Amino acid sequence: MSSANGAGAVRISPAALKAPRRFLRAALPALSLALVLLGIAWLNPRAISYFGLNLMLNLGIPVALATIAQMFVITVNDLDLSIGTFVSFVGCVAATWLRDYPLFGSVVLLGSICIYALVGAVIHLRNVPSIVVTLGMLFVWQGLAILVLPKPGGKAPAWLHDLMNFHTPYVPFPIIAAIAIAALVHVGVMRTSYGAILRGSGGNANAIARAGWSLLKIKVIMFALAGVFGVLSGLALIGLATSADANIGKGYTLLSIAGVILGGGEFVGGRVSPIGAVIGALTLTLAGTLLNFMRISPDWQVGAQGAILIIVLAARAIINRIDGRTA
Amino acid sequence: MSGLPLDIVKLNGVEKHFGAVRALAGVDFAASVGECVGLVGHNGAGKSTLMHVLAGTLIPNEGQIIIGAEPQKDYTVVLAQKLGIRCVFQELSLCPNLTVAENVRVLHPLIAGWGWRRRAGELIRNKLDEIFPGHGISADAVVGDLSIGKRQMVEVARAFTVTEAPLHLVILDEPTSSLDSHRASQLLSHVRRVVASGAGCVLISHLLGEILEYSDRIVVLRDGKVVAADRASAFNRDKLVTTMGGVARKMSSPKEAVPRGTTPVRVSARPTKQRDGIELIAHQGEIVGLAGLSGHGQTEILLSIFKAAIRRVPGIKVTDPVALVAGDRQTDGIFPLWSITQNIGIRSIASLHRGFLISPQLENRFAERWRARINIRTLDMRNNILSLSGGNQQKALFARALGSEAKIVLMDDPMRGVDISTKLEVYDLIRSEANTGRTFLWYTTEMEELENCDHVYVFRNRRIVADLRRGELNEERVIQSSFEEVGQS
Repeated sequence: MSSANGAGAVRISPAALKAPRRFLRAALPALSLALVLLGIAWLNPRAISYFGLNLMLNLGIPVALATIAQMFVITVNDLDLSIGTFVSFVGCVAATWLRDYPLFGSVVLLGSICIYALVGAVIHLRNVPSIVVTLGMLFVWQGLAILVLPKPGGKAPAWLHDLMNFHTPYVPFPIIAAIAIAALVHVGVMRTSYGAILRGSGGNANAIARAGWSLLKIKVIMFALAGVFGVLSGLALIGLATSADANIGKGYTLLSIAGVILGGGEFVGGRVSPIGAVIGALTLTLAGTLLNFMRISPDWQVGAQGAILIIVLAARAIINRIDGRTA
Repeated sequence: MSGLPLDIVKLNGVEKHFGAVRALAGVDFAASVGECVGLVGHNGAGKSTLMHVLAGTLIPNEGQIIIGAEPQKDYTVVLAQKLGIRCVFQELSLCPNLTVAENVRVLHPLIAGWGWRRRAGELIRNKLDEIFPGHGISADAVVGDLSIGKRQMVEVARAFTVTEAPLHLVILDEPTSSLDSHRASQLLSHVRRVVASGAGCVLISHLLGEILEYSDRIVVLRDGKVVAADRASAFNRDKLVTTMGGVARKMSSPKEAVPRGTTPVRVSARPTKQRDGIELIAHQGEIVGLAGLSGHGQTEILLSIFKAAIRRVPGIKVTDPVALVAGDRQTDGIFPLWSITQNIGIRSIASLHRGFLISPQLENRFAERWRARINIRTLDMRNNILSLSGGNQQKALFARALGSEAKIVLMDDPMRGVDISTKLEVYDLIRSEANTGRTFLWYTTEMEELENCDHVYVFRNRRIVADLRRGELNEERVIQSSFEEVGQS
């Protein structure tokens, strides 16, 4: 029997070797955020203050919420191309109907979440690629946004404006909000027992179905959650911007995808990280500020965000390769 | 086949069609309390379909399913689980992105609320300890990081865990395909213990030895029908093979052993952890076996040899082009979106083009030649590769390697879950290719396959611990060296 135990002990080693890689991979998003923050501190030390951080990070909150929405969709191996125009639509509704007729506005927003759930159901039942359906929805939301608010204007409801400009003691509000969002979603998706089922359906949908779970229900829940966080993102954005525009959320689709990937998520296989996604969203937001401090024109900022993405993904690939060599 | 009330599950005249294909053509089947039923048949005989029907994942077109004494109308997976029927499917059914504990929770709706992770972890840890002592698998490990053998151990152990639903019948489809013989015997002994405690078991395996040794009753399927059902003691290996539709014959039909060293050396490789002077040598025209428990460095050295054919790798010399037949065909072998033809031609693409473009005519001719040579069963080689049964997919992978210009063929336990007649065909093909001067390096976990080799190296802890000539080869020696402590050899 001693020989059999010996065999067992030998087999542990590859798994043990994988532990540092896992840690490195998990630390990568935080590391990139720290690097961007260090760069800002070095160029402009005064930016790292209560007001500085408040100013730099508050636009990161709607991005983080949209990123979380995208993450729910990516968890089940789909992609939501419509999240950007959906955020615009929510913004337009918030700055008009929600302010003037709160009840009607709320019903419209709830209805839009139902449409998101419906999109999930259609994707599952008809087995159509999510990219096709959400690409269609991109134009639907865009059109609706323009119908609601043909030209820039409107005004954020007072309570929303006050909420987004709330000054918490000691720690800036955006940081508290980011931590709260990350913690809430992390517990929901990564720690609860149903969260494991939701992620599992991205990893091996057959296995989940064979264990008796409904894939339709999972898909509907995930898309509905994406709708909920899309609405929250639009509301947060309008609370900060005070007025709306049918194109206000234009960049959010790609930003949200980039945020999820930057945060350690992968396009397929149900491998996502809510904490990483929030960090990824903040990193991309701060990157713009860093480039401003470096006196680089805003025209280059999108390119710079792309460069950050490439660098982080390259680092991740290198970590994976080192692992392949040791194991 | 004792009294009716003792039957856990009974199928009457079950039929299942997939389009024009009749996978099950009126099957009667029963599994009783305290009985292990061995289910055998070639790939495509309907074993997997039958077990999907039992598990509730496929609804039959005709026939009756009776569980306990109750005929079931709307039989589904959920109902099957409530009634205590569990299934381990041939293709692994774990979520690779989840941890071992989380995968256990997937099977048990009751594991929820505070501390679910700890409870799920305990459940699986205890079961793994019970079935596979010294398994070395952590409940917090992510399944995707585990080797294929460990994943199979987790999946099998998971099927035996019990929460609220009782455990009446466990259906195991090729449960030992990725386990070495030591782990396989641990599992099968556990099956006997469970059966002795009153549960039932359906065991599907291509390893006829396992079936004969561990089941009480054997059911043979052929072309979707039950062709024989009797006590296990009424069968022997040859009888099983003939009933399944194959031709009974001796496994090894070796040519007269060529003494080593007469033909040029094609491969010499020293494992990186090897301290003494032993190295792996393969001469031209030899079939060299790599044996030992699974995961002890055999796959690694094959991959190093593969790499050495392209660029320099210290300690390894390779004289000729190399082709690899992968073991995990779903992840490393096939291109799932391509046709059979394209899957076979890809290794030889350099000789299949005209100008800058791939020539479909050359490609088709090439594929047709191999279809005839290796007997790939399909209506049209332009069909998707996934339309083939597992054994035929594996044949296509062999055709890919053997059709290439490679003089050296590396095989990474390629016969997992392949039926016996396919195996015999491939053995013959390998032997005839070796006679024409090709060299084969063959990692296998099955003793029978080693008997086809001219020379066998036994691996342990990523080192060669035994170097056996054909005459010296027997199962006892291989097992003995696999378990020997390092340093004694």
